Amino acid sequence: MTTIIDQLAPADEAELSEILTAASGDRQPLRILGGGTRTETAHIAGTPLDVSAISGVVTYEPGEMTLIARAGTPLPEIEAMLEAEGQSLAFEPPDLRGVLGGRGIPTIGGAIAANASGPRRIRTGACRDHLLGLRFVDGPGRILRNGGRVMKNVTGLDLSRLLCGSHGTLGVLTEVAIKTLPHAQARATLGFHGIDELRALGIFSKALATPYEVSGAAFLDGTAWLRIEGLPPQVEYRQQRLLEMFGAHDIQTLDGAATRELWRGLRDVAHFAGDLPLWRILVKPTDAAAIVARLHDLGGQVSLDWGGGLIWYCGPGEASSLRQIAPHATLVRRGGVPGPAFPPEAPAITRLSQELRRRFDPAGILNPGLMDS
Amino acid sequence: MSGIIMPQPDSTILARAAQIVAALREVLPEDTVISDGNETRAYECDALTAYRCPPLAVVLPRSTAEVAAAMRVCSDMGVPVVPRGAGTSLAGGALPTADCVVIGTARLRDVLEIDTDNRFMRVQTGVTNLSVSEVLAPHGFFYAPDPSSQLACTIAGNIAMNSGGAHCLKYGVTTNNLMGATVVLTSGEIVEFGGPQAGAAGLDLLGLLCGSEGQLGIVTEAVLRILPRPEGARPVLIGFDSAEVAGECVARIIRSGVLPVAIEYMDEPCLRAVENFAKAGYPDCPAVLIVEVEGSPDEIAVQIAHIREIADALNPVEFRESRNADDALAIWKGRKSAFGAMGRLGDYICLDGTVPVGQLPHTLRRIGELSKEHGLEVANVFHAGDGNMHPLILFNANEPGQLERAEAFGADILRLCVEVGGCLTGEHGVGIEKRDLMTAQYDPDDLAIQMEVKDVFDPAWLLNPAKVFPLESSARYRQRAAE
Repeated sequence: MTTIIDQLAPADEAELSEILTAASGDRQPLRILGGGTRTETAHIAGTPLDVSAISGVVTYEPGEMTLIARAGTPLPEIEAMLEAEGQSLAFEPPDLRGVLGGRGIPTIGGAIAANASGPRRIRTGACRDHLLGLRFVDGPGRILRNGGRVMKNVTGLDLSRLLCGSHGTLGVLTEVAIKTLPHAQARATLGFHGIDELRALGIFSKALATPYEVSGAAFLDGTAWLRIEGLPPQVEYRQQRLLEMFGAHDIQTLDGAATRELWRGLRDVAHFAGDLPLWRILVKPTDAAAIVARLHDLGGQVSLDWGGGLIWYCGPGEASSLRQIAPHATLVRRGGVPGPAFPPEAPAITRLSQELRRRFDPAGILNPGLMDS
Repeated sequence: MSGIIMPQPDSTILARAAQIVAALREVLPEDTVISDGNETRAYECDALTAYRCPPLAVVLPRSTAEVAAAMRVCSDMGVPVVPRGAGTSLAGGALPTADCVVIGTARLRDVLEIDTDNRFMRVQTGVTNLSVSEVLAPHGFFYAPDPSSQLACTIAGNIAMNSGGAHCLKYGVTTNNLMGATVVLTSGEIVEFGGPQAGAAGLDLLGLLCGSEGQLGIVTEAVLRILPRPEGARPVLIGFDSAEVAGECVARIIRSGVLPVAIEYMDEPCLRAVENFAKAGYPDCPAVLIVEVEGSPDEIAVQIAHIREIADALNPVEFRESRNADDALAIWKGRKSAFGAMGRLGDYICLDGTVPVGQLPHTLRRIGELSKEHGLEVANVFHAGDGNMHPLILFNANEPGQLERAEAFGADILRLCVEVGGCLTGEHGVGIEKRDLMTAQYDPDDLAIQMEVKDVFDPAWLLNPAKVFPLESSARYRQRAAE
């Protein structure tokens, strides 16, 4: 290794391609940086590759619910642009800076690479469900396209979904096409105070089986929260029906502004800022109660999102105990915990994933080890 | 024989036909393997009926283990496998070759689990799309993707093609409603992708699998996301005197913040055929939209008032509301019988390109011009909200040369879809039908990376081998695999 480069910062896709071709030739590992908000990549031994200059909205067609943007485009810029047209990214990408201690500004490419999905996942799906297509550069520097810019597209293999959530290990994203949605004209929240996780899960199952399109179901500090959204009369109606269903006593209702505020905090897991290890655990919602009980035994705190399908655990539990309790646990903030951050997978899945990585990145230069394989 | 070419069957496989059938019989129950020429003929084609070829044998397993056993035999003996759901593919996705074994899901028909608390169900993939929603109805739930072949098509086929339907504007397509899959790989190995928990932390192999047209594995069981049924649904019918204005109405509705469950479009030739066939009482005008909204009666009224306001500004020929269930049925009647009505006019090819919604008027105009150039009539009926077009090209199969002309016309339309920023197929899949057009949408490298992905899952290229990728592009991979 003779090359000594502190940081690579391509100005455009073509330059990025050249850099990757050269790095593949030299087998020089790279650590991909978008907005630089995700500190969990810090342990990767690789030359930083800053792609934030590959930025800018290419097209935005509100009447087609379609946005095409270069991967380094800051999320706040996109959100403001959509807001002006009464639309939003329905998957509510969380801003984890507060939790991860990262600085910088989140980018759309980073959100897609991490498949970052907020509380509305239970209603409108995950980040990957809003992705229409993308451009990316693979390890050897090939500029590649998959999908497109239209709502329905089954032409060829769906590599867009594969790249979404691959954390840059299959290719460096340069441009993404995503579906935008009209955002709700009205919103409200119901709060059920002084209850435990078990009761909260019962409330979630009941509420999510109604046709009232509950778009958030989270639990924090002894309170279960349900969010409803829609046209103003719809929200009023849905709120009324839910209040009747649960027996109106002791249910707090929040208006639109308070609802926005509350769910932004829940989305960003603001309540678990700090230094302790933070785990993100995916479960079948009805399994959550038993798992939460065992997590409490380890010490630390728990909150729920996605109707119980997502458990956040912030506490001192050992990785081995965590994985025993919940096989789908990912370490989001290390807090000193060593070892793999991603949950172990079945041998066949690991084999297929590794073989796929070898095809996209034969020299193994893209965020090596980030996904623990 | 018409334009699309399949590779010559492998004579060394044909020579071993008896041994292959015997090997399958050895590991599978007696009635599972079909090799009699009269019976295999029933599997010679799917809904792309212009192309036919009976397979070497058909296997109809009852369990994942039996699918795996069959796959292992085929893999060991180097025999191509063509997976088959109900055979409703319009793209030739289930077309056999003479040297292949068809593995069908017809007997994988069990509903294994319905869990409304966690909002999923687990099924064997041979169940039909419609039966899934029927079994959910008593629980107050439904499964959202609803392709128009839902009476016959299977969940296996839906997953293979990433099927959509009329309601995907609001609910998404199969990939957005699929939570997990039990997959038999070419090695015969059984793996689980995803599951009843929300997503997975590793690579999204489930997303890759969905829509892979039987190129990567055979899905024998699926975990499906289920949704509570809406309180009610109501369509409105809006007639316009031009396609442009109808297209504008679609864009304005979408922008307005009301998200209908469906926005369907029919043009004049289609309306004429439908009127003669179903007597649905549609207005006599160049373009009709059917817009459906959901909710309680009050919620529906609010949304329809919104839509009426938008439509009125565009001077519609007619705005017809449904006051009750009968009215609603009448509005849907013509749309639902559109394909049948077109079938009475003669043979047709149904295309499936998607265009950006803003390009609909331009695309429709160009299709009209192409229709004159090719001397064949075309009718349009499609999902306008998401730009997924279904031009129906009418031709006479008995007149020599007409199928080829219709195919050439179709190819021109699909190239047009790509030119205006769209794609070759929105929900039917590539199969053999659009295989050789893939180069219009993807550069050689874009196709190469897809073929490398197939290579990972199916190194011997035994699964549906001569489909999806242009033969010329895939030749290198298939040859290397054969060596």
